[in-house]
Amino acid sequence: MRVRLEGVSVTYRQAGAKLLALAPLTVDIPSGQFVAILGASGCGKSTLVRVVAGLQPATSGSVWLDEVRNTRPHPAVGMMFQDATLMGWRTVFDNIALPLELAGASHAAREARLRALLPMLGLEAWANAYPAMLSGGMAQRAALGRVLAQNPRLLLLDEPFGALDAFTREQLRLDLLALWRDMRQTVLMVTHDIHEAVFMADRLLVFSPRPGRLVADIAIDLPRPRQLDMVYDAEFGVYARAARAAMV
Amino acid sequence: MRVSFPITMSRSANTWTRRLAPLLTLVLVLAAWQLVFALRLYPTFLIPSPQMVWEKAAQVLRDGTLWAHLLATSEAMVWGLLWGVSIGTLLGYLIAKLPLAEVLLTPLIVAFQATPIVAYAPLLIIWFGSGMTSKVVTCAVIVFFPTLMNTVVGVRQIPPRLRDLMRALSATRWQTLCKLELPAILPVWLTGLKTSATLAVIGVVVGEFLSADRGLGHWVKLARSQYDTALVFVGVLTMTALALTFYSLVYLLEWRLLKWQRQSRSV
Ligand SMILES: Nc1ncnc2c1ncn2[C@@H]1O[C@H](COP(=O)(O)OP(=O)(O)OP(=O)(O)O)[C@@H](O)[C@H]1O
Ligand SMILES: [Mg+2]
Repeated sequence: MRVRLEGVSVTYRQAGAKLLALAPLTVDIPSGQFVAILGASGCGKSTLVRVVAGLQPATSGSVWLDEVRNTRPHPAVGMMFQDATLMGWRTVFDNIALPLELAGASHAAREARLRALLPMLGLEAWANAYPAMLSGGMAQRAALGRVLAQNPRLLLLDEPFGALDAFTREQLRLDLLALWRDMRQTVLMVTHDIHEAVFMADRLLVFSPRPGRLVADIAIDLPRPRQLDMVYDAEFGVYARAARAAMV
Repeated sequence: MRVSFPITMSRSANTWTRRLAPLLTLVLVLAAWQLVFALRLYPTFLIPSPQMVWEKAAQVLRDGTLWAHLLATSEAMVWGLLWGVSIGTLLGYLIAKLPLAEVLLTPLIVAFQATPIVAYAPLLIIWFGSGMTSKVVTCAVIVFFPTLMNTVVGVRQIPPRLRDLMRALSATRWQTLCKLELPAILPVWLTGLKTSATLAVIGVVVGEFLSADRGLGHWVKLARSQYDTALVFVGVLTMTALALTFYSLVYLLEWRLLKWQRQSRSV
């Protein structure tokens, strides 16, 4: 899915004062691109993703998904939040199947879809477990499964690994890249981790501290599939350094 | 696909001690009671012996009077709970969702709740007569508050992220209600229902005390006017049993409905 933003800006009203969270942003993301949104805390990354998801309106400008102007949640757009936000009363299976259930899929259809999905997520053995029994990494994997179950053509990830430890993050990055290699959705991933951004994305959009303004648009030409030891390559360092320089 | 988990319930060694503890308390209370009676500290019309109460209980069980009054009170409790809990849940939901409902209803509800029920129950009896209706209404009035409060708290504590999730998935209002709000408030709501269930007896009995021709409250009042203290004891103990029964029923309901909470507790 192609994503086009035209002069999208967001102003919040906080205690009477106006607060520009996101300066007007124009950007064109071709279908199938993996884009990382990089910026300091409070620069409006979540705001941007929420606007694209149709969860909140832009103060000005417009969002175009595949040449159609979009102002509300879209069935082909999947959103994943920073913490897993699973429903405690649903099993892992039922949590992942939620989008299908809401769309009115039959039980058989859900079962079939999940049978394909659960092994990819490494969660087959946990289908009937409740979220409180999962580790943070597994919970996040379940949340990823839930958004994939929806079969989105645009994947919005708001710091999907933010709450995890370094090892789990690393593993999940690889898992996500492997899944993406097969499915090729457009991905917009928010992060404030420069290495994560360079390691995963085709393209970095770097934002200034508040108000968030696009300060660099960097294409990452590292070969795929990405390998963990690439972070030690000189080329990787060049990208990381460029991103850091743009951020401050 | 069903998968079993290698989780075993550890049966703690003192489970039996804990189970027997209430029984022990009961025995001690009975012993103390018997002792007070045996020492003849008070005349029998003030404190009858356990045995006298027991015999009285056996008698009213046999001749069916206890059942008749118990049934009348239980019936009023069931209706009172149904009405009170339904209205409490509905209003609680509205208050939590609509700011306008909150500012309009909260003062009214707080004032209503702060006024002692016994003070305005006579009014209810003037309005609704001395039959079943006024008992049900007193019960509903007393029962609705805990449910309302817990519904409000339950709805308010639903994480905004889960609401966003439902919105992102284009869930309808109905789907959000059934798949997010109701299950999310269930634990808190059931806690309120437990309080309501124990209060239900109070509501009905207050109604029966003031004016009724049947029910445990009426029965106890009658027994007192005849100085049949043993019968008063029987009536009061029946109310206790009734309250405990209703509480247990809700507890069982909770146990059935909240399986997911139990499964995910560490053992
Ligand atoms: N609903 C809101 N009402 C008012 N102000 C808001 C609201 N949401 C966010 N803001 C403000 O807008 C700014 C950007 O917030 P946003 O959550 O988009 O930042 P972020 O880049 O995602 O930060 P982080 O990396 O910490 O998650 C912040 O200063 C925040 O205080
Ligand atoms: Mg954020």
